[in-house]
Amino acid sequence: MRRQIPLLITFIVGIVLILSAFIPRAPFGSLGEEFTVFFDIIAVFAFILGGGALIKLHGDKIYKRKKGWGYSLVTVAGFFITLIAGLLKTGNPEGFAGKVDIEGSHFYALYEYVFLPLGATMFSLLAFFVASASFRAFRAKNREATILLVAAFIILLGRTFLGSLLTLWLPEQLNFLTIPELANWIMNVPNLAGQRAIMIGISLGVISTSLKIILGVESSYLGND
Amino acid sequence: MRVKRFFEKLSTLDRRIIYCLIGVSIIISLIGKLQFREFPSAMTKKVFATIESLPKDAKVLVAMDYDPPSEPELHPMATAFVRQLAAKEVNLYFVALWPMGQVMTSKIVDKVLKKKFPDYQYGKDYVDLGFKSGNQGVINVMRTNIKKLFTTDRGGTDINSIPLMEHVSSLKDFDLIVSVSAGYPGIIEWIQFGSDPAGVPIINGSTAVQAPQVFPYFPRQLAGVLGGIKAAAEYESLVKERYPEIAGDENMAIMRMGPQTIAHLIIIFFIVVGNICYFVTRKMSV
Repeated sequence: MRRQIPLLITFIVGIVLILSAFIPRAPFGSLGEEFTVFFDIIAVFAFILGGGALIKLHGDKIYKRKKGWGYSLVTVAGFFITLIAGLLKTGNPEGFAGKVDIEGSHFYALYEYVFLPLGATMFSLLAFFVASASFRAFRAKNREATILLVAAFIILLGRTFLGSLLTLWLPEQLNFLTIPELANWIMNVPNLAGQRAIMIGISLGVISTSLKIILGVESSYLGND
Repeated sequence: MRVKRFFEKLSTLDRRIIYCLIGVSIIISLIGKLQFREFPSAMTKKVFATIESLPKDAKVLVAMDYDPPSEPELHPMATAFVRQLAAKEVNLYFVALWPMGQVMTSKIVDKVLKKKFPDYQYGKDYVDLGFKSGNQGVINVMRTNIKKLFTTDRGGTDINSIPLMEHVSSLKDFDLIVSVSAGYPGIIEWIQFGSDPAGVPIINGSTAVQAPQVFPYFPRQLAGVLGGIKAAAEYESLVKERYPEIAGDENMAIMRMGPQTIAHLIIIFFIVVGNICYFVTRKMSV
C-alpha cells in the first residue's frame, strides 16, 4: 500500500490535469487553477519542512563535530538571525505593523549588506574561471575546435565597443560583415537552430517521462523500499 | 630547446596569474570609470520601439524574476524599462515569481518612481502584487483569473479596493508583459503559459547565459529580447537619448561595460597566447 497509494494519487492527478488542458468546460477547465492554489498551500509546508531538514542536518554536524562543522554553525546562525529579523521585524522604523523589508530594518540591512554582495560575488567568480578555462581549452587542435575558437572570438569582440570600432569603416552594403552583425548572425542562425533542436528533444523527453510517471512505469521518485 | 621550454611553460601558466590580471584590470577600469559609446543593435531598437509605441494609460505587467546573483546584470535593464514605461505614463503592475523579485520591485519603485516620477500614485498608476509561489502554475491561473490568486497586493490591501485593478481580471487585459528573468521560472514560462495563449505581446530582459535559449521564440511569440549587460547598456543609451531629463545619473549598464570590455580583451589575449604556445610547441616537436 505504501507504493500503491502514491502511484494512484499521481495517476489521478496527472489524468485530471491533462483533461483540464483539453476540456475547457466546467468542472475540468478550472481544475488546473484549483490545483495551483493547492500547490501554494503545500509549498508553505514544504518551506517549513525544508527549514527543519536544514537545521537537523547541520545541527547533527555541529553536535558530532564532523568535518566542516564550523561552516554548519555559520549556516544555522545565519538562518536563525534572518528568521528572527524577519519574523519579529526587528529594527523596523514603522514597528511590527510595517513592511518586513522596509529600508532601515535589520532584515533590509541583512539583504542589502550581506545577501546581495555575497550573491553577486558568487556569480562574479565565474569571470575568473571563464578566463582560466578559455586559456586552457580554446586551442585550434582540429577543424571543429577551430570553428568554435573563431565563433568565440567573434562573440567576445562583438559584445564590446572594440568590435563595433574595428569594422566601423565598412560601407553600409557590407554592414553584415561588421563584428557585431556577425555575432548576431551566430546567435540568430546556428545557435538558434541548435537551441530549437535541443528544445524539441527536451520536450519529447518530458512528454515521455511524464507519461511514464503518470502511468506508474517510472516510480524512482518514491525512493527505495 | 630553450624556446620550446619557454613556450611549454607559458602554455601551463599558473591560473593565479590569470586571476590577478583579470582582477587588477577590472579594478582599474572601475576606478577609472571607463566608459564607451554604445551602438544599439536592431534587437535593442525593437525592444525600445515596442515600449515607445504604447499609448498613455496602457496596462503593462512587469515580472521581476531575478535575485541578487543576477542583479548586476538584470537590475540596470529593469530600471531602464521602468524609466521608459513611466515616461510613457502607462499603468504598471509589478509581480514576481521569485521570492527576491519583490525586493527588486521595491528598489526600483524607491529609486525610479518615487524619485523621478513623484506624480505616480500607488493604486492609481502602479501596483505591486508581490511574490506568489507556484512557478508556471501562477501564470496559468493569471491567464484566466488574476484575482483568484492575488486576493491582496503585497502590502495586504484587498485587491478589489485598488482602483488600478478594477478593469483587470486576467492576462488578456494587459497591453504588454515585460519579463526580466534570470532562469526558471521566467520568460519561457511566461511565453508558454501566459503571453502566447492569452495573445498579449511580451518583451524580455535576460542574462547573457539565458538569452540564447530565448531566441527561438523571437519574433512570433516574443517581440524582443535584451541579452546581458551589453544589450542593457545599448538600451540605457537609447533611453538616455530619448529621455535625458529622467535618464538618471547612474547608468549602471553603461558603467559596467567598461570592465566587461577590458575583461573580454584580456580573455582574447590569453586565447591568442595559448594558441601560439600550442602551435610553436607542436611544430618544434615534429
